Amino acid sequence: MSFVVVLSLVTIGVVLIRFAYVICRTGKPQKGRRRASEPASTLIVLGSGGHTAEMLNLLAVLQKDRFSPRFYIAAATDNMSLQKARSFENSLANETGDKVVETSQFMQIYRSREVGQSYITSVWTTLLALAHGLWLMIKIRPEVILCNGPGTCVPLCIIAFLFKIVGVRWSSIFYVESIARVQRLSLSGLILYKLHIADQFFVQWPQLQRKYPRSHYVGCLM
Amino acid sequence: MGDTKDGLKPKKIVFVTVGTTCFDALVRAMDTEVVKEELLRRGYTHLLIQMGRGSYVPSKSGGGNASLAVDYFTFSSSIADHLRSASLVISHAGSGSIFETLRLGKPLIVVVNEDLMDNHQSELAEELAERKHLYCARPQTLNQIIADMNLDSLLPYHPGDAMPVAKLINRFLGFPDD
Repeated sequence: MSFVVVLSLVTIGVVLIRFAYVICRTGKPQKGRRRASEPASTLIVLGSGGHTAEMLNLLAVLQKDRFSPRFYIAAATDNMSLQKARSFENSLANETGDKVVETSQFMQIYRSREVGQSYITSVWTTLLALAHGLWLMIKIRPEVILCNGPGTCVPLCIIAFLFKIVGVRWSSIFYVESIARVQRLSLSGLILYKLHIADQFFVQWPQLQRKYPRSHYVGCLM
Repeated sequence: MGDTKDGLKPKKIVFVTVGTTCFDALVRAMDTEVVKEELLRRGYTHLLIQMGRGSYVPSKSGGGNASLAVDYFTFSSSIADHLRSASLVISHAGSGSIFETLRLGKPLIVVVNEDLMDNHQSELAEELAERKHLYCARPQTLNQIIADMNLDSLLPYHPGDAMPVAKLINRFLGFPDD
């Protein structure tokens, strides 16, 4: 009996130590930890409407050969965003002569909460979204995650964080708060900031940076 | 007679857009006599309303006889064309519509939808209004804003730049600076 107690205490201890280590390492640059000459597989979580427009503005200036291959995920109810990402990748492929199928993939995910959905039914839909997200993340195991809200990215980032603890994959998570957030963070942003899940957290207005000192002020993306 | 007069008078279009949202309060406000009269007084000749998923249908009018020509539609794939041909844009507070209009350098009044549950959208409109890139209104204050606005005092918006974010991400991952 005492053996079981000792074993479980040791297990809890190991998990806690690993947890503390992951929290400490999160936000520390990956410089020297990965080979700079190798491209990083990148997961891009598309929000919708304005969120997607901001994300595509960021992708336009990122070096495509470094962030490759690219996996796009959007909510199952949002067809527009993947369509925009596809035409973005198509125009890239036209420039470089690469085939889109080799450089990028497009996927949809169940949303944890639709606009206006009650918080009680959200519990069930969140569990479903988590299971689906886990399946997708096991398949992708990205080195880099780029997201800018709203809710779709939260379960994926939490799964990525758990992967870090278990040691499946170390992803660097970058979150860009929407330009529409001037005074307060969005709920997604707040979760990823407060729980130390985002490695780097960017805001587009100086007054937000003053309220959240660990964030980086980067000016407007739009 | 009316036709030749119309032909001489330059067409000045007010384009109203609610994006993919439902914003009946704005469409209803645009349909009131006070707002239409104020637009006419400020020299606008046409009012075109993109009403999105809303259920309130404004009254059409062919214009002429010193009245505003009014037309509407629900959705269009050529919003950009409508924005380009407009002399004044009145928009909901979505960031997509706001920045698309500002990039085209069109005078803009953003109307905040007070019926939204989580109304963070007013933050952006108010911040950009404070920086004098646009006017910010509520449906009930729209006619007052139109009456008082001075479009010459608006400052052009210089589009932002994603390079600072890209630099930080690259540096974090250990990619060399270019």
